[in-house]
Formats: sequence, structure tokens, C-alpha cells
Amino acid sequence: MNERPGESAEASCASAHGAHSHSHSHSHGHHHTHDGTCCGGHGAPKRPPGADILISARALAVARSGRTILSDVDLDIAAGEIVTLIGPNGAGKTTLVRALLGLERLDDGEVQRRRGLTIGYVPQRFDIDRALPMTVSRFLALGEGARQARIAEVLEEVGAARVANQQLSELSGGELQRVLLARALLNDPDLLVLDEPVRGVDYVGEAELYTLIGRLRDTRGLGVLLISHDLHIVMGKSDRVVCLNRHVCCSGVPETVAQHPEYVRLFGRDEARAFAVYQHRHDHRHDLAGEPAPVRPASDPTDGGNGGPSGGAA
Amino acid sequence: MEPFLLRAIAAALALAVVAAPLGSLVIWNRMAYFGETIAQASLIGIALGLFLGIDITAPVIFATLVMAALLIGLSRQKIVPLDAILGLMHHGALALGVILTLSLTSGAADLMGFLFGDILAVTVTDLYWIYGGGALVLAILAWLWQPLLRLAVHEELASAEGVNRDVVKAVFIVLLSLTIAIAIKIVGALLVIAFLIVPAVAARPLASTPERMAVLAAVVGVASVVLGLWGSLTVDIPAGPAIVLVMAAIAGVSVGSAALARRT
Repeated sequence: MNERPGESAEASCASAHGAHSHSHSHSHGHHHTHDGTCCGGHGAPKRPPGADILISARALAVARSGRTILSDVDLDIAAGEIVTLIGPNGAGKTTLVRALLGLERLDDGEVQRRRGLTIGYVPQRFDIDRALPMTVSRFLALGEGARQARIAEVLEEVGAARVANQQLSELSGGELQRVLLARALLNDPDLLVLDEPVRGVDYVGEAELYTLIGRLRDTRGLGVLLISHDLHIVMGKSDRVVCLNRHVCCSGVPETVAQHPEYVRLFGRDEARAFAVYQHRHDHRHDLAGEPAPVRPASDPTDGGNGGPSGGAA
Repeated sequence: MEPFLLRAIAAALALAVVAAPLGSLVIWNRMAYFGETIAQASLIGIALGLFLGIDITAPVIFATLVMAALLIGLSRQKIVPLDAILGLMHHGALALGVILTLSLTSGAADLMGFLFGDILAVTVTDLYWIYGGGALVLAILAWLWQPLLRLAVHEELASAEGVNRDVVKAVFIVLLSLTIAIAIKIVGALLVIAFLIVPAVAARPLASTPERMAVLAAVVGVASVVLGLWGSLTVDIPAGPAIVLVMAAIAGVSVGSAALARRT
């Protein structure tokens, strides 16, 4: 194992969490004071009491064929907030979303939804088979709550009214995303879940799409969960960013996450430098097995007493 | 017109109509070769029926469902790709079916009839089966049309929106198997899937919505039945292959001209 002092803690975030070896706990890396927003996998950030929590995951774990995909993930999404999930390929972002949607079998933990919660979902991949003829209107009529007048209204709302009679397979990336967004909005969701909403969308289109999502949040009071690789724009539009790499590496307001060493390591310094105005703070390191280990669990007031996942040795 | 000819037309027309929406769904779900493979298994069912001396419908349904279950199970293994599995099972089932059909009946069975169908030999009882079974298949398809379409468009999205993927797909496979069992006496194990998918292929370039594609497929199927039977009587060629040939010709012209139009 490569052990360059000062880097092992950061590099370990990408290593497998499947091996539950805590014996090599190891104190290279940064010792940081806790700043209350980057809380590395344990405990959700503090939110004002009475916030309207739409969906909560607690200690979520998913493993497939002996490989850990997610472990000990906590996540809350409240009404009116845009939460962005970032992380490298294979970090388990889509699995987490699928778990929240109830499409993935959980190996541990639980997902709680507010009673009567309606979710609008925009999936990551949407390659419609050309063998299936399907106009935009007909596609939207397949969804819930789909009267023609309502369809026209929602298409107008997402700025896609003029493609109503086009074939789905002939839309551009940006048009398709707007149509999928319209489909997700048809059943008046409380929570909008968008998995990589800017796939195949050009740069200008991206910014427009995020502006649209922000506007929908404002007008409809939606909670929004976004998955993205696209850091700059996303972070600007997000209320909260959760950096995932099989566990929650860090989470908080965009500026803080951007300075988090885990984030810097996962996405590179150039990406992070765009936000390099805030002081660098960090609350946990990783042992050699990649398990997050609290630096000073006993004195950490916001850890809520759960002292880090699976007894990370300190 | 001769009664046998009327029965043949009545049977083939009903089959063309039932096959149209089902065949469209087969294409949308990329299940053409899956359907082909479970259709081959019907020959094993025929052999079983002949051996037991019972009507072949039930054993054919049984054999096709067993094959469908086998294929679904095998599609989960990660050693060999699915198309190779389908090739293996398809030819394996055909070989086993031919051997069983001939050996269990000591060579007395009309193998050619089972492979290519004998539409001019349709009986009144067959017609009851075709119309009763066909109406049932169409009714269930109509009832499940929305969820079936939603799954064909995007399985994940449909599941996330509350469509019960496993149940709907299982019902679809049972409908497919039932239709194959009904059609097998008329068009035979080798041609039955052509009846389902070729008219749907022909309809695709002409349709802008799924419903129009299904309706157009039925129109193509009906036209092919009429033309094929007429051709078969006029120039004395086997009826089932004649119908399928007409379907294939229409599909070829339809898809070919659409492809050319797209290039210009």
C-alpha cells in the first residue's frame, strides 16, 4: 500500500469499504476542528426544528455479490431545498437514489418517507427504442394524472411546448430532459429526484436547466435531489451538497464541501480551486481500510453519540 | 366458397388481429428471439400431447412456459451472453422437439404440419379455441396496455411510478405462450413468431404512436392473410409460408423505403 504521509487519509476514501478491517487505524492525515457542516458519514446536518422532512435515509447499506455499494448512509431532504449528490463513478449515487425510490433491496438501515409523499423521478438513462413510436404527448399521457390540458400546461412550464408532437427518439438532449422533467411533474410531486439531469445537454442548456429546476423549487416548493458530476453549476444552485463515495464523505453548503479534502481528492484541485475562498476544515480521516474514523469522537458534539460508523478505531 | 377455406380465412384473420398488439410489444421489448425460442419449445409440447393422446393446447402452453422460465433463469447468469443462450435453447428445443415428435409417435406424426402449420385443415373446434383464446388475450392486453407500454418505454421509470414490473411481465409472457399455443396448429412452430412480429415490423415506419403501430400491424396481417391464401390456392403453394412471405415482402418494402427516405 502506498503510504505517502499526509495523503493516505484522503486517498482511502476511494478504497473498498467492503473489507471491514479497522485494525490498521493509522493517524496520518489532517487533524481538523469540526465546523458543523462536514460530518463525514455520520449524522445529518442540523436543520431548524420543524423543517418539513420529505424523505430520510438512516444507516442505509446496500451490498451486491459480496461488494459493499453503500454503507451507513444518512440523508434527509426537506421541502424547498435542493440537495445535490456528487461523487465519482461507482460511488453508489444511482444506487442510493434507487434505494430512496424503493427500487433497491436494502441490506441494512431504513428509508422513511413523509406520509403520502409523491416523488417525481427523472432516470439517468433514457434511451427510447426506435422500434417504439412515441410522441411527446403520448409519452406524457402514460404518466399519472395526465389529462391533455394538464400535459400542455406542464410542457409549457418546462419550456417544451413546441415539441409536443415530436417523436421522443428525435429530441435533442436538452429537449428530452425537459420532457422527462414534465413527466416527473405531472403527478404534482413533493420531491423531485433527477439522476444526472444534464446528460447530453450543452453548457448553455445545462445552466438553463438548473435555473428551471431552481424556479420549480421556488414556485412549487419542491424538495429536489440531484445527482451530478457537474460541479460548478450544480454547486451554485444547491442548498446542500452531499459528497458520496460509498459512504457520505462530507456534506454541507457547497462552499464548505468544495474545500473538503475528500472533495478535493475526488474531483481534483482545479475543480476545488474555483471555490477556494473558504478555510479548509475537516472532521474525519480514513483508516487504511477506508473506514471513516472520527478524529476525536469523544469530544465531538455533533456526532450525536453514534461515534462514527462501525466503530471506526480512533 | 368451400367450408374448409372459410374456416382457414376465419382462423388466420383472427390470429392476425390478436398477433398485432402482442407482436408490437414483442418488438418494443426486444423479445423477438425470446419469442422464437419459446415457440420452438412448443414442438416438445406437441410431442407430449401426441404421446399422451390429449389435445396439444395444454402441453404446448406448458412447454412454452417452462422454456420461458428457463430462459429468464439463464438470462441471470453472467458466463455466456443472452443471445448465445437463446441460440442454444432455440436449436436444442427444435432438435429435441423433432426427435420426440417422431419417436414418441413411432414416426406417424405429421412433422411438416407441426413445423409449418396446416391452415387448410383448421376444424371448427380449432376455431373455438382461436376465437375464445384470442378474445381472452386481447381483453387482457387491453386491460394491461398502459403498464405494458410504460415498461416498454422505461422499466425503471415505470417501476418508480408504481408499475409492478414482475407481475406485468409474467402476464405478458403467459399471453405470448397462450397465443403461440393457439396459433401453432395453423402456422406451425417455425412460422408462428413471424405472424407476430413481421406485421409489426412492417407497421413501424408508418406509425407515430404505439396504438397506431398495433392497428397498422393488424391491417398488414389481415392483408397478408388474404393475399397469401389467395396465392396459395392459385399457384398451389403451402398456405402458412405463403402468408408469411407476403408479410415479409410488405415489411421489406416498408422498412426499406423508410430507410431510404431517411438518408435523403
